[in-house]
Amino acid sequence: MENAEAAAGRKLKSYLTGYGLALVLTAIPFGIAASGFLPRGTALFVIGTAALIQVLVHLRYFLQLRLRSASPERLLATAFAAVLIVIMIGGSLWIMFNLHYRMWV
Amino acid sequence: MEMRILGRLTADALPFYSWVAVGGAVVTVLGFLTVVGVITWLGKWRYLWNEWLTSLDHKRIGIMYVVVALVMLLRGFVDAIMMRAQQAFALNSDGYLPPEHFDQIFSSHGTIMIFFMAMPFLTGLINIIVPQQIGARDVAFPFMNSVSLWLTAAGASLVLVSLVIGRFSTAGWSGYPPYSGAEYNPGVGVDYWIWAIQASGIGTTLSGINFIVTILKRRAPGMRLMRMPLFCWTALASSILMIFAFPALTVATATLALDRIFGMHFFTNAEGGNMMNYTNLFWIWGHPEVYILILPAFGIYSEVVANFSAKRLFGYTSLVYATMTIALLSFTVWLHHFFTMGASANVNAFFGIATMVIAVPTGVKVFDWLMTMFRGRITFHPSMLWTLGFIVTFVIGGMTGVLLALPPVNYLVHNSTFLVAHFHNMLIPGALFGYFAGYMYWFPKAFGFTLEARWGKRAFWCWIIGFYLAFMPLYVLGFMGMARRTEHYDIAAWQPLLIVAALGALVVLAGITSLVIQLITSIRNRDNARDLTGDPWDGRTLEWLTASPPAPYNFAILPQVWDIDAFHDMKRRSVAYARPERYEDILLPKNSGAGVVLGGLAFTFGFAVVWHIWWAAIAALIAILGTAVARSFRDRTEFRLPAGEVKEIEDRRLRDLAKGGAI
Repeated sequence: MENAEAAAGRKLKSYLTGYGLALVLTAIPFGIAASGFLPRGTALFVIGTAALIQVLVHLRYFLQLRLRSASPERLLATAFAAVLIVIMIGGSLWIMFNLHYRMWV
Repeated sequence: MEMRILGRLTADALPFYSWVAVGGAVVTVLGFLTVVGVITWLGKWRYLWNEWLTSLDHKRIGIMYVVVALVMLLRGFVDAIMMRAQQAFALNSDGYLPPEHFDQIFSSHGTIMIFFMAMPFLTGLINIIVPQQIGARDVAFPFMNSVSLWLTAAGASLVLVSLVIGRFSTAGWSGYPPYSGAEYNPGVGVDYWIWAIQASGIGTTLSGINFIVTILKRRAPGMRLMRMPLFCWTALASSILMIFAFPALTVATATLALDRIFGMHFFTNAEGGNMMNYTNLFWIWGHPEVYILILPAFGIYSEVVANFSAKRLFGYTSLVYATMTIALLSFTVWLHHFFTMGASANVNAFFGIATMVIAVPTGVKVFDWLMTMFRGRITFHPSMLWTLGFIVTFVIGGMTGVLLALPPVNYLVHNSTFLVAHFHNMLIPGALFGYFAGYMYWFPKAFGFTLEARWGKRAFWCWIIGFYLAFMPLYVLGFMGMARRTEHYDIAAWQPLLIVAALGALVVLAGITSLVIQLITSIRNRDNARDLTGDPWDGRTLEWLTASPPAPYNFAILPQVWDIDAFHDMKRRSVAYARPERYEDILLPKNSGAGVVLGGLAFTFGFAVVWHIWWAAIAALIAILGTAVARSFRDRTEFRLPAGEVKEIEDRRLRDLAKGGAI
C-alpha cells in the first residue's frame, strides 16, 4: 500500500511539475506576441524554441516517456512520430519560405 | 446591437431560390419521415435502441457504419448525376441549375463521397472484420468506437440538413480561402462544411487510435505481426495515417472557422494572413487521406484474390513492406496538389519525383496480385470481378497520375477535367470497388446468408462500363481545355463528350440499381442461402472460423495461430472445430446510450455555430463535457456472460456445423 501511495504521489508531482512548466512555456510566447518588444526574427525564434521545449515537457511529464527505460515499442512510435513531424513541419517551412521569397522579396 | 434568439436563422433559410433545391429538400424530409414512420409502424424503436443504436459490439457498429456509407453513396451519386446532366445540356444555355446551386452540388458531392461515403465504408469494414481476423473479441475501446460512429453520423446529418435549412458550401470540397472566407462567402454554406468535417474528423481520429491499439494489443496467441492477414496490415497503415494526418485537417478547418466567426486573419491577406498556409495544411492531410481510403481496399483485394484463387497470397512479405512504404511515402508528396501555386522548380521537382516513387511499391502490389492468380483455381465470384476490374482500371489511373506528377504537364492540365478524371480513376476502382468486393465477400459473415451472385455480377459490369463511359471522355475534355466545375460553356466540340459522360453516369445508375435489387432479392431468398458453417468461400483467414453471424464474443476460446493463413492451416490439421473441454465466463461491453447522446450534442453544437445561436452552442458544449465526465465515472462497463450460456451458444453452433457438413 505504502508503495502504491508513493507512486501515486510521484505521479501527481510529475503532472504538477509538467503543468507548471507548460504554463510558463505558454505564457512566454503569448507575452512576446502581445508586447512586441523583441525584434521579429528573435521573437519567432524564441516562440519556436518554447514550443519545442513544450513538446518535450509533455512527453516527459505527461506521457512519462523516459529515453532510458522506455520499451522499444514506445521509442519506435515516438521516433516515427518525430520523423513525420520533421517531414510535415520541415516541408511546410521549406514550401512556405520558398513561396514567400518568390512573391514578396 | 440587436440580439436574436435564433442567431441568423430565419424563414429565408428555406430553399426557395431554385425549384431543384426545393425538390431536394422535399425528398430529404420525406425520406426521413418515411424511415421514422416505418420504424414506428413496425414498433421497432425499442429493438433499434437496445440492439443497435446503443450497442458497443464492433460488428454492429461496423454494420451501422456501412449503412451510413450506403445511404450517403446514394445522396452523393444523385449530386453526380445532376452535374453530368447539367453539363450535357448547358451548351450556350444555362442548363437547369443556377450557378449558385451547381456550386453547392459539386461541393457536397466531393465532401459526401470522401467523408461520409468512403470513410464510413472502410471504417465499417475494418470494424466488422479486423477483430475477427486477429482473433480478438472486440476492439480495444468499444465505447470510443460508438462515439466515433455517432460523431460521423452527426457530421453526415449536418450535410443532409443543409439541404433543407440554409445552403451548403459553394467553395468546393477543399474549401480554399479567400473564397471560403467570410468576406466572399458570408452565408452559412462554408460553416456547414466546416462543422460537418470537424465532427466526423474527430470521430475518425478516435477510430484510428482504436484500431491501432486493437491490432497491436489484442492479437490472439501466436498471431505475430508477420502472420496478420493483409487486410489487418492495411487497416493498421490506414489508422496510422488517420491519427497523423487528420489533425492537420482539424487545424486547417478550425482556423478557417476562427477567421470566419471571430474575424481573425490566418488566411486573409489583410493584417498579415496568408491563404497559401491553408492550401499547404489542407493537403498535408489531403494526400495521406487518399491512402487512408485506398490502402484498406488494397487489403480487401489481397484477401479476395488469395481466397478465390484457392492459393496462398503471393509475396506476403513484399506486400506488407509495400503497404508500409506507401504509408510513409504518402506524407512526402502533398505539394503535388498545388504545383501551380508558385513554388520554385526545385521544390516542385522534389515533390514530383517523390510522387513518382510511390508508383514503385504500388507496382509491386499489382504484380503480387497477378502472381497470386497465376496457376490458381480461380472462382469468378463478384468480389473477384471487382478485383480484376480494379487491377486493369487502376493501372490506367496510375499512369495518368505519373503524368500529372510531372510539374510541366501539371501546369498544362491542372484544374481541368483531366484531373477530375484522374482522381475518379484512382478512387472509384482503387477504393469503392474494393469496398464493394469486401461488402459482397463479408456480407455472409455479418448477416448469416450470402448475397445473390447474379445481380452482383450485373452491378459490377454496369459500374465498370459506366465508369469508363463517364470518365474517359473527361480525360479528353481536359486536353481540350475544359475547366473542372464548369456550369455552362459555349464550345460545341465539348458537348458530344459530355453527353457520353452523362450516359456513363446513367449506366452507373443501373449498377446502383442492381446493388439494390441484389440486396432485396438476397434478403427474400435468405432461407435458401444460409451460411451454416460460417465459412462459405472455403476461407483462409480467422474471420471464417467464427459463426455467421458471429456470437457476441466472436471466439469462445481464443484461437492459437501457427501460420499466415491461420484458418486454412487449422482446417488442414482438422483442429478448426475441435470442442474445448470446458468453457469460461466471458466479459463483454455493456450497451451505452452515451455515444448517441454525444453525437446528438455534437450535431446541436455544429448547427448552433453555423447559425450563430450562441446560447445553444455553449449549452451543447457544456453538455458534451458533462456527458463525457459522467460516463468516465461509470465503473461497471462490462457484463459477464456465464460459461453455461457460452456452452449453449457453442452447442447450437456445432449442430449448425454438422448440418452444414463442415464436421
